[in-house]
Amino acid sequence: MTARLTLDDVREILALLDDSPYDEMTLTTDRFSVSFRRSADAQWTQETRTAPRRDSPVTDAFPAASARTDAPDRKVAGAGLSPVYAALPGTFYRAPKPGAEPFVDVGSVVDDDTVVAIIETMKLMNPVSAGCRGEIVEILVGNGAMVAVGEVLMHVRAGTA
Amino acid sequence: MTIRSLLIANRGEIACRILSTCRRLGIETVLAASEVDRDAVPARLADRVVVIGAAPAAESYLNVSAVIAAALTAGVDAIHPGYGFLAENPELARRSIEAGLIFIGPTTAQLADLGDKLRARELAAAAGLPLVPGRAVADAGEAAAFADEAGYPLVLKATAGGGGKGMTRIDGGSRLPEAFALAQSAAQAAFGDDRLYVERYVENGRHIEVQVLGDGTDVVHFGDRDCSIQRRYQKLVEEAPAPGLADGFRARIRDSAVRFARHCGYRGLGTVEFLVDTQAERFYFLEMNARIQVEHPVTEAVTGFDLVAEQIAVAGGRRLGIRQDDITLTGHAIECRINAEDPDRGFLPSPGRLTRAVFPAGGGLRVDTHAESGADVPPFYDSLVAKIIAHGRDRGESIEAMRTALDRCRIEGITTNLALQRAIMTDAQFTAGGIGTRWLETCLSARHG
Repeated sequence: MTARLTLDDVREILALLDDSPYDEMTLTTDRFSVSFRRSADAQWTQETRTAPRRDSPVTDAFPAASARTDAPDRKVAGAGLSPVYAALPGTFYRAPKPGAEPFVDVGSVVDDDTVVAIIETMKLMNPVSAGCRGEIVEILVGNGAMVAVGEVLMHVRAGTA
Repeated sequence: MTIRSLLIANRGEIACRILSTCRRLGIETVLAASEVDRDAVPARLADRVVVIGAAPAAESYLNVSAVIAAALTAGVDAIHPGYGFLAENPELARRSIEAGLIFIGPTTAQLADLGDKLRARELAAAAGLPLVPGRAVADAGEAAAFADEAGYPLVLKATAGGGGKGMTRIDGGSRLPEAFALAQSAAQAAFGDDRLYVERYVENGRHIEVQVLGDGTDVVHFGDRDCSIQRRYQKLVEEAPAPGLADGFRARIRDSAVRFARHCGYRGLGTVEFLVDTQAERFYFLEMNARIQVEHPVTEAVTGFDLVAEQIAVAGGRRLGIRQDDITLTGHAIECRINAEDPDRGFLPSPGRLTRAVFPAGGGLRVDTHAESGADVPPFYDSLVAKIIAHGRDRGESIEAMRTALDRCRIEGITTNLALQRAIMTDAQFTAGGIGTRWLETCLSARHG
C-alpha cells in the first residue's frame, strides 16, 4: 500500500515554509523528494531579530529630562480598601485638562462608575472608573506620571458613601 | 535651493517612508528622535540621529525649540515634519525659515490659515466651495445654542485639529457638557490648543479627498481617495480612486480641490477633504490637510509618482514639473492600516513588544512599516504599526490581493486589528463599494450588541 500525499499534507508543508524565514525547503523521503521555493515576486519582508543596536551616530541635543517626582510614597493598603488599577500602560492624569480641577481628591465620595482619572495611551484618553462605591482614601500616583498595566492608582474605602 | 540634507522630525512608518525617498535622491538624513525611539528602525536607517527629548511627545516630537535646535546642531538644509506632531504647526515653519532652514510644507501663513479650521472654512466659502453649517464655540452653552438652531446630531471639532483627531459626535444635549470638556482636553493634548468649533453632522456621507500639489502658482491633482471606512473618525481603510462615482461628479470634486488650492496660492503637497453624498451628488468642503497623509501610498500606487520627492522639490523652490495631463491613473489601490489595538476589547490600545513582525511583499504589494521582530510599540504615540497597500488592475483584484496579504501577515506579541481588516475585506457591502463613514461603526455595534 502506498502512502499518498494529500492536499492537506501540501497545505501543512506550505504553512511550515510560510512560518519559516527560509526561501526554500526540500522534503526528502525514501520514495520522493519535493522542493518548495518562494518566487521572486512573492517574497516576504526580511525578518530580523533585534537586540537594540545603533548604526547611526546619536547626539543628545538635550540631556535626559529628570523624572517627574511629584508621586507620593507608596503606602501599604489597609483592610477594607479597594484598589483602582491601571488597565493600560500610559500617562496618568488627575484632571480632564491642564489647570482644571482634579476629578477626585482624597475624601471624594465616588460611585463605581465615577471617573477618577484619565490614562493617556497611544493618544487616546481612557477614563478610569472608581470601580466601587465609597470614599477615595489614597492617591498613589502623581499627575503626569507613567503607569504600568495593573499598577494601583488609588484606594477606595468601599461602602462609606 | 537644492536640499542636500534634511532633518526628519517624526517617527514610525512615515520616518521610514521619508528616509527611503531621501536615500534614493541622495539626500543626507538626520532623524530627530525621542529617547524611546533612539534604537527604533528609523534611527538605524538614518545617517545620523539627534535625541530631542523624553518619550512623551510634548517633550520631544511636539517641542518646536528642540526640533529647531536639532536641525541647527546637525547643520541640515531642511526639516521634513511628516504627518501629525508639528507637521502643520506654523510656529515650526516660521522658526525654521528664521533659522535659515527650508520647511518642507506650505508657507507659514498657509499653515496658519488651513490649520485654523474656521479660517479654512472662510477660504473655502470665498473659493465658492459648498460647506456644512457650523461655527466656533467657546463653551458647552454656545454649542447647545448652535444645536437649538441646527439640531442634533452635531460634531465638535478641534479648531487646530485635523486628521479626525479631537472630533466628537454628540447625539443629544445631556452629554454635551462632559463631552465638551473631554474634547477640549483631547484638543489640548493633541494640538496644544483647546479651541473647538461645531458643525451639523451629515448622516452617512462618504469621506472623499483629493491629493493636490502646488508650487504657489500652479496646482495639479493626483486623483481622489475614498477613506470612508472609519472608526471614531480614524481612517482604517483607504482606496484610490473612490469607487462608483459618476465621471462628471468626480470631475467636479477634483476641480473644486484644485480651485481651493489655487485660491490659497498653495505651495506644497496637500489634501482637500470632502464629505460626499453620492445619492444626491452633493459634496461639502471639510478641511485641507497641509502635509503628506498617512494614505498617500494608494495615490502613489495608481499614479506612479513619489509624492515625498515632489513635496521636497516644491519646498526647495522648484516650479511644478508636472502638468495635469502627465498624471494618469492605472488600476486600483487599497490600503489597510494595521493598528496596535484590540477590536474585541473596545479597541483598547495594545502597546508592547513585538515578538514577531513579518509582512508579505512583492506582487503588487507594498508595506510601509517601522515594525520588526523584537521592536517595542511604545504607549506614547499613535497605534499605527504598518500599512499594507495592494495595487491591482481593478478594485476586485486589489481586494483579492489584500485578502491574501492580510492572511500572510505574522504579528505577535501585541494585539492588532488584522482580523477586523480581514473581515472588512470579505464583507459583501465593502466589496460592492460606496459605503458611508458610519458603516463600520454600525457593523461593530451589531456584532457586539
